[in-house]
Order: sequence, then structure tokens, then C-alpha cells
Amino acid sequence: MGKITLDGVRKSFGATDVIPGIDLAIEDGEFVVFVGPSGCGKSTLLRLIAGLEDTSGGTIAIDGVDATALPPAKRGLAMVFQSYALYPHMTVRKNIMFPLKMAGMDLAEATKRADAAAKVLNLTNYMDRKPGQLSGGQRQRVAIGRAIVREPAAFLFDEPLSNLDAALRVNMRQEITELHQSLKTTMIYVTHDQVEAMTMADKIVVLNAGRIEQVGSPMDLYNHPLNTFVAGFIGSPKMNLISGPEAAALGAATIGVRPEHLSVVSEGGWQGVVGLSEHLGSDTFLKVATDTVGTINVRAGGEVMLRHGDTVRLSPQQGKVHRFSPDGRAMT
Amino acid sequence: MARSIPTRQKLFYTVAAWSVALLIFFPVLWTVLTSFKTEVSAVASPPQLLNADWTLQNYSDVWNRSDYPRFFWNSVVISVGSTLLGLAIAIPAAWSLAFVPGKKTKDLLMWMLSTKMMPAAAVLIPMYLIFQRTGLFDTRIGLVLALMLMNLPIIVWMLYTYFKEIPGEILEAARMDGASLRNEIIYVLTPMAVPGIASTMLLNIILAWNEAFWTITLTTVNAAPLSAFIASFSAPQGLFYAKLSAASTMAIAPILILGWFSQKQLVRGLTFGAVK
Repeated sequence: MGKITLDGVRKSFGATDVIPGIDLAIEDGEFVVFVGPSGCGKSTLLRLIAGLEDTSGGTIAIDGVDATALPPAKRGLAMVFQSYALYPHMTVRKNIMFPLKMAGMDLAEATKRADAAAKVLNLTNYMDRKPGQLSGGQRQRVAIGRAIVREPAAFLFDEPLSNLDAALRVNMRQEITELHQSLKTTMIYVTHDQVEAMTMADKIVVLNAGRIEQVGSPMDLYNHPLNTFVAGFIGSPKMNLISGPEAAALGAATIGVRPEHLSVVSEGGWQGVVGLSEHLGSDTFLKVATDTVGTINVRAGGEVMLRHGDTVRLSPQQGKVHRFSPDGRAMT
Repeated sequence: MARSIPTRQKLFYTVAAWSVALLIFFPVLWTVLTSFKTEVSAVASPPQLLNADWTLQNYSDVWNRSDYPRFFWNSVVISVGSTLLGLAIAIPAAWSLAFVPGKKTKDLLMWMLSTKMMPAAAVLIPMYLIFQRTGLFDTRIGLVLALMLMNLPIIVWMLYTYFKEIPGEILEAARMDGASLRNEIIYVLTPMAVPGIASTMLLNIILAWNEAFWTITLTTVNAAPLSAFIASFSAPQGLFYAKLSAASTMAIAPILILGWFSQKQLVRGLTFGAVK
């Protein structure tokens, strides 16, 4: 079981409120991603759940039991760190078996579990090596192995893929998702990468300056952002946020149109000049300087024959315009 | 790319380095040479080197006149004992200074170091009286305590520097893995700090072995180590340089050999923080 409930959780360092107060319910078996820009408090929140930091107020309950004052070891959670944090003086086998040794498990059972974890993670041939002799991806697998042998109530991941190169990152992302599907254990995953958040999460928690901006499924956040912050943060390339007369015409302070929801039209719309065009084959990204709504990003499917200096007319697709009030909230 | 240094400059540095090294080593070398001379040859003026009378007599005299093994054993017990006791206290102390620092941690460290700046003679009378009254005078345990206290600031400082190099996330991982504070220190921190702990240990054994002020002041017969053994050859019949040198050589030889074999470890430990 791994149901985690945060109730009014606060954290301040000296006079600075890093997290002014958070309420959040994480259901058993859920894959929850905390996402937000650097310094938004997402890692601090994870460390509060882990017990590596003490809360300044509020309660953290794990499976209905108040864990606020419990030390990390007593919370039944496992954590995978950004730096992997493997024990450099121990072999892979000893690294994976360390939590079992600390739990006082007998050697035969511990070895059996470590071997099983190694098999799942393709580490069987590396069990007698030291972490220093492994590649980044292998190290990350050892860190995950060390977490899964304990059969924890929940896994905590603190930006686990940010030290890996792009190709490996995609692989590991899929492996972690598959791991979640087979283990069905609660996972809390911290990242600043909204692509990771969108692809992995059952539920995304968008954080900004220590506050929750929105909680919802990836598609929920994409289709119905509650405010301009979430609208700008979720989705790649970023949503175009336009204010001025064009927004006022729709009765809003700001309107938002995603780059993929703009169509090239022959008449009407916003006229502009193509500044930058990036051709990826599957997509073409355009940066268009318009007379009326400033510079906007456009994502056109497939190969579009537009080059630097070409003039285009762009129009937002029907029903795909988000409207925001002067305080940045979404209008219905 | 390596920086290229002109040959003349290289030569200059080499000569300078050798000169300084010889200057520092010369007293030890001269002591060893003198220990193989006759008493007459040892005090001859101008000093004799190639034309000296060489003998092994001094060593057999010194060996026969005193109980070298007892002094030697006392030195071993006192230097190793004080270092191990010091490490047992300093490892947890350095752990807390390095990993759970408070606002006053820096001040605390400076204060510890400042105790080393106090002249030993300033506390001679109180120490002497305390040792007399508590029955610690001329006991090995007394000297173990005194030298441990004397070197504790250095041990704490050295370990603190090594521990600062260990990434905190690894200790946090141990905590998440269910390690108690004790297990975290035993299974994770200490093995990772082994090079640092080893060089701290070696340096402190050497410091304690060579300490003379307290070991001579606080002992008479039972607990007297090799420093007292050397001192016993400077009195009362006047100075016998050759015998004194033989005694000195016998006293420093063990630690010199230890230092020679562990120099790699010592250098590695002393530069631990400098090169990652």
C-alpha cells in the first residue's frame, strides 16, 4: 500500500517560506510527477515526504499513519537520487543488498531478492563490479535496484534522468514507466522536464514558488490549464500568450493558443513574416513576427515549404483558444 | 596540456628542492652518523666525516645500560592508544560538524584549533597536580589521555576536511535504506573515508611518538616512552654525544620506517581535499 496525504505541509528555511502550505492526496499505485521551474520547491517537497527534511508545519500521512515525525528509515519509502548516490566502496550486489542488510534480512533471502532485481534490470553480469566501473545508465539501474528490493510503500525519484544523455533518457523513461506498470507501486517523480511529466504521469502536480498551481492528468493540464503559468509551462513548444486588442476582442486580458493549434490560411488571420524555420521532418517549427500579436511560435505537421522571410497568414483553430482574466486565471 | 618549463628553470627548482630537503634531513642524518662514531670522534673539531673512527659499541652500550624494549612498548601503547581513542571520539564529532553544521560550527572549529596555540608550559602545574592526585601520574593510561587530548583538535580538523568531500546524498541514501546513525557511520561514511582516516591515524601516531614535553614531564619509570629514553642519556655524568645519538636513532628508527612505508598513503591523505 502507498497512499500519501499531505495536509497543510509547510517548510521555511530561516525567514524564507520555501513551501507556504500544501495539501495533496496521492492514491495507492499512482504515478505522480512534481514538475516546475528550478527553485519552485519540488525537490524540497519530495525530501519532506522522504523525511530527509523536517517540516515546519502540517502533517504527512502514509497509509493513514502520521509519519511527520518519523525518521526516513521508518517511513517505508525508497528514493532514487539525481546523483545515483551509490556506495562507491561496495559492489553492485552489496549496493542492492544494503537496505535488506539494514532490515536484518537473512543472507539467503536477501541474495535471492537481489538476484531477482538484477534480472529485471539487466544487471546480472555486473553484480561483482563497483559503481565506478559502470556507465551512467547502469548506475541508474543499480540505484533503482536498490530501491525495488525493499518492496517499499512508494518510490521517490529526484530528477533521476537529468545526468543521462538524451537517447538514454528516453530509454530509461520508458523503463521506469514499465516498472511502474509491473510493480503497481506508488511513485512520486520530480522533474523540471515537462516532456517527462507528460509522458510518465498519471497525475501531474505543477508547482511554482512553493505553491501548487494545478493538479490533474497530463491531458487535463494540456487541454484545460487553470492559469497562464500552467498554460505556458505544459506543452512543447510553449503556448503563445497574447494580450492586447486581439485578446480584448474575445473578452479576455490574455489569450493562449498552442503552436500546434495555428493554421496557415490564405486570407484573414494574423499576417507575419517567418523569422526562423526548423525542419525536423515530422514537424516544422516556425517563429513568425506578426504585425498584430507579436512573435508567435507555430508547429506545422510534416514538411512545410516556408523559409526565412516568407509572408504567412495564421489563424487559431476553432475552439482551441484559451482565455485568461487579468489575474491570469482561465475564463470559462 | 602540460605547461612547458625552460630547462634552466627546471634545474634551478630541482637544486632548490634538494637543498631544502637536505637542510631539513641533515640533523637526522648527522645523528645517525654520530651514533656510529666513538665518543672522541663524535666531539672532534672540526667535525669528522670520512676520517672518523667507526664503531657499533654505542649501540651495545645503550642496549645493555637500559631496558629498550620496555620504553619501546610504552611508546607503541601510548601513540597507538591515544590515536585510536582520539579517532573514536573524533569520527562522530567530525561527522556532526561536517554533515549537520549549525550556525556556530565554524567558530567551534576555530576554537578547537586555538587550543593548539596555547603554550604547553602554561598548563604544566595544573596538569602535573591533576595527574598526581588522580593517580594517573606515570601510567600509560594517563599519557594516552593526555596525548589524545593534545592531538584531538588536529584529528577532528583532518577528519572534518575529509568528510566534507563526501557527497551528502550518499549518506541520505543510507538513511533512506534504513541505516541507523550508527550503521550509517560504520558501513558508509567510515569505509568511504578510509584514505583520510588512515593518513590521520599515521600522522597522529607520528606526532604522539615524537611528543617529548608531556611524556617526559608526566612519567618517571613505569610509563616512560622512548622520548624519556633519549633524555636519560643526557644526564647525569655529562653528555655522551655518540651514545645519545645511538639512543636517538633507536628511538626514531621505528617511526621512520613506518613513515617510509606509508609515505604514499600519507601524501595521498594530506592532499585528499586538493585533488578530487
